[in-house]
Amino acid sequence: MPPAHKNMGMKKPKNAKGTLFRILSYLSPYKWQLIIVVIAVIISSGAGVAGTYFLKPIVDDYIVPLIGAQNPNFSGLLHIVLLLAIIYVAGAACTYIYNRVMVNVAAGSLYRMRMDMFTHMQKLPIRYFDTRTHGEIMSRYTNDIDTLRNMMSQSVPQLISSAITVIGVFVMMLILSVPLTILVVLMMLTIFWVIKKVGGKSSMYYRSQQSAIGVVNGYIEEMIEGQRVVKVFCHEEESKKNFDVINEDLCTASTRANTFASILMPIMNNLSYVHYALTAVIGASLAILSGQRDLGFFSLGLGALISFLQYTRSFAQPITQVSQQFNVILNALAGAERIFALLDEKPEVDDGYVTLVDAVIDEDGTVHEADHHTGQWAWKHPHSDGTLTYTPVRGAVEFENVEFGYEPDKVVLHGISLYAKPGQKIAFVGSTGAGKTTITNLINRFYDVPDGKIRYDGININKIKKADLRRSLSMVLQDTHLFTGTVMDNIRYGNLQATDEEVIAAAKLANADWFIRHLPQGYDTVLTGDGSNLSQGQRQLLAIARAAVADPPVLILDEATSSIDTRTEALIEKGMDRLMEGRTVFVIAHRLSTVRNSHAIMVLEHGVIIERGSHDQLIAQRGKYYQLYTGMFELS
Amino acid sequence: MRELLKLLRGKYLWMTILTPILIIGEVIMEVSIPRLMADIVNVGIGNKDIGYVATRGGLMVVMALLSLCFGAFAGWTASIAGMGFGKEVRKKMFYRIQDFSFSNVDRFSPSSLITRMTTDITNTQNAFMMVIRMMVRAPIMFVSASIMAITLNGELSLIFLIAVPILGVVLALIIKEAYPRFQSMLKRFDFLNAKIQENLIGIRVVKAFVRGDYENEGFEKAAAAVRDTQKRAERLVVLNMPIMQLMVYSCILAVLWLGGKMIVVGDMGTGDLVSFISYVNQILMSLMMVAMSFTMLVISKASVSRIVEVLHETPDIPDDAEGDPQVADGSIEFDKVCFSYKGDLSSCALRDINLKIASGETVGIIGGTGSSKSTLVHLIPRLYDVTSGSVKVGGRDVREYKQETLRNEVAMVLQKNVLFTGTIRDNLKWGNKDATDEEIIEACKAAQAHDFIMSFPRGYDTEMGQGGVNVSGGQKQRLCIARALLKKPKIVILDDSTSAVDTATDSKIREAFRRELADTTTIIIAQRISSISDADKIIVLDNGRINAVGTHEELMKNNEIYREVYESQQKGVA
Repeated sequence: MPPAHKNMGMKKPKNAKGTLFRILSYLSPYKWQLIIVVIAVIISSGAGVAGTYFLKPIVDDYIVPLIGAQNPNFSGLLHIVLLLAIIYVAGAACTYIYNRVMVNVAAGSLYRMRMDMFTHMQKLPIRYFDTRTHGEIMSRYTNDIDTLRNMMSQSVPQLISSAITVIGVFVMMLILSVPLTILVVLMMLTIFWVIKKVGGKSSMYYRSQQSAIGVVNGYIEEMIEGQRVVKVFCHEEESKKNFDVINEDLCTASTRANTFASILMPIMNNLSYVHYALTAVIGASLAILSGQRDLGFFSLGLGALISFLQYTRSFAQPITQVSQQFNVILNALAGAERIFALLDEKPEVDDGYVTLVDAVIDEDGTVHEADHHTGQWAWKHPHSDGTLTYTPVRGAVEFENVEFGYEPDKVVLHGISLYAKPGQKIAFVGSTGAGKTTITNLINRFYDVPDGKIRYDGININKIKKADLRRSLSMVLQDTHLFTGTVMDNIRYGNLQATDEEVIAAAKLANADWFIRHLPQGYDTVLTGDGSNLSQGQRQLLAIARAAVADPPVLILDEATSSIDTRTEALIEKGMDRLMEGRTVFVIAHRLSTVRNSHAIMVLEHGVIIERGSHDQLIAQRGKYYQLYTGMFELS
Repeated sequence: MRELLKLLRGKYLWMTILTPILIIGEVIMEVSIPRLMADIVNVGIGNKDIGYVATRGGLMVVMALLSLCFGAFAGWTASIAGMGFGKEVRKKMFYRIQDFSFSNVDRFSPSSLITRMTTDITNTQNAFMMVIRMMVRAPIMFVSASIMAITLNGELSLIFLIAVPILGVVLALIIKEAYPRFQSMLKRFDFLNAKIQENLIGIRVVKAFVRGDYENEGFEKAAAAVRDTQKRAERLVVLNMPIMQLMVYSCILAVLWLGGKMIVVGDMGTGDLVSFISYVNQILMSLMMVAMSFTMLVISKASVSRIVEVLHETPDIPDDAEGDPQVADGSIEFDKVCFSYKGDLSSCALRDINLKIASGETVGIIGGTGSSKSTLVHLIPRLYDVTSGSVKVGGRDVREYKQETLRNEVAMVLQKNVLFTGTIRDNLKWGNKDATDEEIIEACKAAQAHDFIMSFPRGYDTEMGQGGVNVSGGQKQRLCIARALLKKPKIVILDDSTSAVDTATDSKIREAFRRELADTTTIIIAQRISSISDADKIIVLDNGRINAVGTHEELMKNNEIYREVYESQQKGVA
């Protein structure tokens, strides 16, 4: 069985320059710190370069001349060593400073980036989440941020310091000896050639390793998630065999990729030793010869040779480092690009201006805005001529010939028209994919339809501020999602102002009180991992309680009781009836017993309402509903 | 870690051993080069002997090339060993998880097992590579460079007696202090990630209740905690580099000052000064390397222990039956069975279950949410072991059978069922990999799946997405039933397996079962009374106990629970 193939290949950044500038914009609040960092890096690597240069005067001017002297005077040597000590201490101090400042800069800017991502994510339309897996979005927060962190706190300072070192060393080498520097250039060309050869191969193998990892991880995921089925079918040996094959493939691919990566370092390191040896031979010869006659351009002192030899060692290191950091930076840029792609996603448009306010309604029917919670709500509707009108919230919902498709060319709903009077219970019945959930998703504007097609209390819902529209609706979904926190917190999610008493009353209404009291810490029991310690039925009861505590004029129940057995459903029926009392309710249910007492039942098929009426009317019609009800037709 | 290392065998073991040996070769070459350098300066330049310079220099080039070969070779063997190690650990772990029983999986949760098999193995593998390369290289470098330095100039080497302990102690202190800080940082990270995950899963709830700002507030706290703990941890680690530099610089200064004096007096050659500076670098760098690898090891410790935890978990249901008795028939007997998920009798999910089912009977089980219907049937193919009492199939305790023998005769269709990537045919063949096309079609017809399969353009060769996403719930359930039927078992258990199938098709399936599987014991768990009302026997479960057993008519007469369920479903049907 071929396992799922996941696209995990390494991607190159598409617009490196633009991305880099955006990363810089995150760093801009740290302008001064960054200036300090750059200065510190320069001093730190400059100190290293200068220190090595000091070997020349120390040997040539303060040691060699003293050899053989009676009572040598070491004060000169002491002076220069002390001067060097000052340079070195400054260098080490600056190394600390730039690393320390970078910790703050990196942690601070990543914090801002995470916040931006999260707050932006909250604003994205549902559509965004439909088209992406959770793993994909998660990896923006984990992998991509991680590589960015590596880049900021390590690669960038290292790059600057490497560049300064390389330049500094090169200048010093030129000062010390031009002929030996020519040898350096030749050596560098060799090293670049090797990096290109090995590096090129390596990135190719790296890609095939990434795809092998994708295959193995996909298989692991599938088999572990389906482990129970594997057990029931005694399929263990089979899946072990399959796993061995792909595991072996992964091993081969990753050995190749890693071999290239891990031989690069020793090769570079030792090529630098070869270079060191060659420099030693040529340099020593020049030193000997320049002692015998004047070589002019080629002359070289012992001190200069010693300094030069140190430089050859410190020259190769930064170049190797840069070659390694280069991949990190490319990866980080690609990661940053994905992060910015998330940040660039268009947020949900919300140009609504009609808001929800607490209201007082006088006896004569005029509505006033109140500054406290009155239990009554009104829509505050400003008009272009500067006047304000208040419409009391009643919960009338009207669809007028609504057409809708998730993708422009695939229409899911055709000409849906319906009118729910305040306090009515409207049910939708139909197969999976008939468009039931889509209708409810349009009411709360998870998805938008063209203007004027859906009206709430007579107001075009596109004019209503999304947050206020949703506050006036409460949804109980088929898949109940709970959050980390106590049971109390989870119910209160529906209304943050609710008191403990109100929460408990809501739980009682949903018939959830009895099982909550049986939990180890009752209402204070902490739920973790999406409430995984509760059964599906219990979770649905909590979701119903959550909707109850929100106390909205309109309620949407999308398969809200599907995981509750019929007997328990019968028990909470009273509570549900009380919950639905006086509210407009939209019900989607598979189980027809749940929708029987609705004011109107809409039978949907392929996005069209094919029958509508009360239970008795529909049964009398002997149409699709009748067939469904008597079990002659399948709902899937 | 030691335990995981035992998994290395054959080629990988040799490579693991070979790597350090090659690295020793590389290190010896590396530490010899500065020594030759000293000779060139002292003897060659001292005596103005170009020939000597050339021969020594030639030797240096040869050594550098040798070192290159050793190093490159070591890189090669290390990656073979490292990747092989990863492969073996992954394999061992996968095998172990495959052998897990239901209760083992309950304990770990699939998502945690997946992380352990992916991220944790990668971390461990990286640490392993690091150890076989760095942890060997650094000490050898340290020792051999020290020897070189001492033989070069014992007196000057006394510097190291001061520098090495200071650096060692400081690095050790930093690591010791940093470890708990990193731990607490990682914990904050977990929390942050959990928060994101939760919001992704529950985004519709967040939006429906307009809780974006509320969630942002919570996230801000978590993100700030990450930022602060991260700063606290890294603040310490960034001390490593400057302290290291400070020590190297101090040693160089000491070498220059003390060495310079020695040269002037004639106790030391000028060339020795150069070599000594190289040794300062090599010795202190190797200490740094030890510190770094140590940090890596400590960080990977958590991953290693999470892997070992899985490897140590013994499958709860051992497959150690002596002999391989066959299942005689489809009779089932529960004898004073109690079962608890936690293993202690005070919190039992099932209590005092006594039950006899004759071979070929059709039995329905009904009961409310949480009445342990699924638990009861899970005991039959021994997906869980009883806590006390016994379950017999074909007149024999289920623990006396080989698991494969038992489970081939007891086919179970799970409530939460899964289809795998592959074609419909591939999926069906899970039931019997040698099944012929006729057998497959026959099973699908019985499960009422044949017609809709044929309605797909590619029929039985239709590709299923992961988890069977491209068929509807009812279709998926029917495929799962067909898959189970292909086993041709003596007992079939349907655990609420037709909940998404309409009543008409449901009754057709039952009809087919009656006709074609007359000798097969069939157990059906259902929410709908209509699914089980024609069973030979109906069991009413309530709160983990058998409340009543009887036919539909008997139960309607005598059993209140049954009647209530019936009425709640029939109300309104004219």
